[in-house]
Order: sequence, then C-alpha cells, then structure tokens
Amino acid sequence: MRISTFFYTFGQGIKNIWRNKIFSLAPVATIAACVFLFGMFYAIVLNFSNIVRQAQSGVAVTVFFDEGISDEKIQEIGTEISKRAEVSKIVFVSAEEAWESFKQEHLGDYVDSFGDDNPLAEDSNYEIYMNDISMQENLVTYLEGIDGVRTVRKSAIVANMLTSVNSLIGVVSLGIILILLAVSIFLISNTVALGITVRREEIGIMKLIGATDFVVRAPFVIEGMLLGLVGASLPLVAIYIIYQRTVIYLADRFKVLDSLLQFLSIHQIFSTLVPVALILGVGIGFLGSFTTARKHLRV
Amino acid sequence: MVVSLLNLLRRCVIIGTIQLAGKGFREPAKKEQRGISIMIILEDVSKSYSTGSPALNNISLHVEKGEFVFIVGDSGSGKSTLIKLLLRELTPTSGKIIVNHTDVGKLRHNKIPKYRRGLGVVFQDFRLLKDRNVYENVAFAQRILAVPVRQIRKNVPSVLSLVGLAEKYKSRPRELSGGEQQRVALARAIINKPPILLADEPTGNLDPKNSWEIMKLLEQINKNGTTVLVVTHNREIVNAMQKRVITMKKGIIVSDQKKGGYIDED
Repeated sequence: MRISTFFYTFGQGIKNIWRNKIFSLAPVATIAACVFLFGMFYAIVLNFSNIVRQAQSGVAVTVFFDEGISDEKIQEIGTEISKRAEVSKIVFVSAEEAWESFKQEHLGDYVDSFGDDNPLAEDSNYEIYMNDISMQENLVTYLEGIDGVRTVRKSAIVANMLTSVNSLIGVVSLGIILILLAVSIFLISNTVALGITVRREEIGIMKLIGATDFVVRAPFVIEGMLLGLVGASLPLVAIYIIYQRTVIYLADRFKVLDSLLQFLSIHQIFSTLVPVALILGVGIGFLGSFTTARKHLRV
Repeated sequence: MVVSLLNLLRRCVIIGTIQLAGKGFREPAKKEQRGISIMIILEDVSKSYSTGSPALNNISLHVEKGEFVFIVGDSGSGKSTLIKLLLRELTPTSGKIIVNHTDVGKLRHNKIPKYRRGLGVVFQDFRLLKDRNVYENVAFAQRILAVPVRQIRKNVPSVLSLVGLAEKYKSRPRELSGGEQQRVALARAIINKPPILLADEPTGNLDPKNSWEIMKLLEQINKNGTTVLVVTHNREIVNAMQKRVITMKKGIIVSDQKKGGYIDED
C-alpha cells in the first residue's frame, strides 16, 4: 500500500467518525467504561496480590522434630526441605530462640518463675516460608512423611482465605470485563453498520467504478480502531488521576495499617495496563468494525 | 393501404436486421482475423429474474473497438439489464459475455474491481460522491488505482479542462447544475482512459442544450479511440448523430442499424 493511500484511507476513517459523531459517542463511552473497569479491577487485583504476597511471606509452616533427634539429622531434614519448589525460605529456630521469643511475647513479669528451665527444650523447629500459599497442602503432606518429623503446624485458614479472596476478585472482574467487551463489540458493530447504511449509495458508486473491497472497507475498520483507541485512552487518564488520589487518601486515612497496606506505584500499574488497555481498545474496535464491514459490504 | 404496405416493409427490414445481427455475432472470429478488434461480445445471453418473463432472451451482438453504439428501447426492453450485465452487477442466466477479452460471467468476486476499472461508467443520476468536491470525485477513480498523488494532481485538472469544469474543481455536486454534474461524472469515467465507456441514459435528467453538450463530449471521447455504448431514450439525438443503433424490445434485439435512427415501435 502506498503511503498516500494509507493517509487517504486514514483521513476517510476520521471523516466517518466526524459524520457519525453522535453515534460514535456510544461505542467510545462503552469501550471507555470497559477499559476503566478493567483498569480499576486490574489495579485492585494487582494491589491485592501484592498485599497477599506480603501476607503470604509472613505465613509459615512450622516443623517440630522427634525427641532426642540429632543435630545432623535436623540439618539433613533442613537440606531436603529447602530443595522443594514450594519453599522460598527456611529458618531454623533453636529451642533457646523459641523460648526467648515465647518469654518476650507471652510471659512478661512472670518469666523469673521459670528460672533456668526451658519448657521448650524439645521444640527446636524449622519455619518454612512458601512461594505460593496455595501449595501449602502439598508441602504439609510431604513434611509429615519425613522420618524424624514429630508435628507440622500450618495456618490453613489464613492461607485459604487469602487465596479464595484473590481468586474471587479475579473471577468477578473477568466476568464483568467479558460482558463489557461483548457490549463494546456490539456497539462498535452497530455504529459501523449504521455508517454503512447511511453511505450505501456512496459505497455502491465506489464499487461500480472499481474500488476493491479493501478500499471500501478500510475506512470503516480504521474508524472502529480509532474509536477503540479513543475509548481506551480516556479512562487511562481518569485511572491515573483517581488511582494516585485514592492511594494518597488510603495511606493517610489508614496509617495504622501502614505495614499491611503497601500500595503499588502508578508506574508499576501502568507499565502493563497502558499497553494492554490500548491493545484491548483497538482490538475491540478492529473486531467490531472488521466483521461488520465484511458482512455488510459484500456488494 | 399504403400505410399497411409501409408497415409490412418496415417489419421486413426489422426481421432482416435481426437475422443480420444473428449472423453478425458469429463473425467476431473472422473479424479478428481481419484485424478488427471486438470489444464486446454477447453470445445467446439470457437473464431471468425470479419472477416474470426473462429480461433478456437469448441475445447476441458484438461491438467493435472504437464503435459508438446507441441502445434504444422502451422501459422494460432489457437495456438496463444489459448494462448491468456488462458492469457485472448481474450475471447471465445463460450465454457468454466477453468484454475486452474478459469472460465476464466467469469473473471471480475478487477480480470484479479490476474488470470494472477497464470500463468508464456514466449514469442518468450522475452518482457523484456528495460529500466530496469536483476534484475529489474525479481523483477518487485514480486513488483506487493507487495512482501517485503527484500524477493525480496533474491528471485531474487536465480532464476537468476537457469537460469544461477546470474552474469549478472546488465545488460540491449540490452547487452544480445537472449538466455540470454529468460532466464531472464523465470526467471521472474517462480519467483512467478506459477502453470502453458505458453511459446509461446520460442525458435523461438534462435539458436539450446540456444533452447536446454531453453527447458532443461522448463523441469526442469516442474519436479518441474509446468504444462508447449509450443507452438512451433521446430520439432527437439518436436520429441526428447517425451512429449504430441497436433497438431492444421485451428482452430481444429487434433492430441493429449500422447508421440508423430511432425506430418507433407500435
């Protein structure tokens, strides 16, 4: 295709939008709504995943050993566990460290009554941190089968809840986005079909003087893609402003939860969101307009 | 008595010309051998729509390169169907149509645009792109051929000068008279220098003065070597121009005169 032909076709696409400007608003608004919700859900899911990851990094499985087990055997078990794919970090807590920690957390002024005794003398353990909390069940089954392991303690409720909430947000947002995608494609398709109906006579003339299907269709496809591009760009601007203000507000409002609520920066969100949203918008526009132009322009 | 004799004589002439036309279509091969190029060949072409009698019934004709042919006949005689078949808007129910060595009936959908670019077309209702000015309307025919912009800028003013509209290149169709609009359509039809020009009632919406101007332009285009086929009802023009006249009635060719006039039907 010649460059001049490309620019001519592009210009015709813009003219199509201008001619049908009122009708073009509907698909732009729907795509904007779709991309806006997509962006917001994406930001929420990404932040939630981040929070879950932080929480998960604090959730550990604890492994206690049989009484009288040798230090060599404990070390051997530790080496085996650290080789597992689920494991991100393994920390050995000696009986003394366990007792010190317990004293500080729970005994306070009563600590002296225990003298030099260590009630947790047989409670040296491994704290095992995981890459993904959903793998906890597998890991626990494995740990329980190791010779020399007395007990395995896990925090199943927290792990399951975090995983479930994350999945739920993902599924709900995917459902809403899919519905909006379908509506957007339908509206783009309607706008292009309307444009074709309005210009049917003109299209007939073009065909009679030898215009190819491509020459006739291309402006409509470009129209659809431009509508998609505009529809995707507007909500990105909105998300940029809203996200930053929300993060500042939440950080300010919930200072107490500062250690838990670690929000991602807008740049971390936008590095993926911008290309995905633009491809989504242009893709919806292309799909809606191409299929409609193909269907209606077989003159 | 005299009138009856005259009518009988005329019927004989018509039957004679039909027979001649019938023989004529088998002659293209001989004519091509003699160095005469045939631009349009119709062999036993019929076209039936889903209801009613056939619009074209087994017609055959040939048009030589550089000919100027009028096709006349009443409404419903099959003239428009013939033009639509030549434009490949319709396909024949039976028979063969060959235009400029292309078998039109066998054209695949994706080959139709290229075929149509070899035909200049002018319609009674001008069929200009209303949202574009004169220049853009004419240039469009070149844009679809991907002619370089620089070349288009040269060609369009030149062809607009030929039809006498050089100064109105910025005007929109609605700002022009009927005659001017038809001249724009004519400019668009000839800018790609097609070997064949089809004109479907080109003077149908024009006053006598403009009609003559258009016909003179068509004659000039024909003199430059383009084969011209004009469907018309304009008796005065047909009689005055003394070109080949093919008369159609109820889907058949009833007369084919080499230098003829408009035949009244009764």
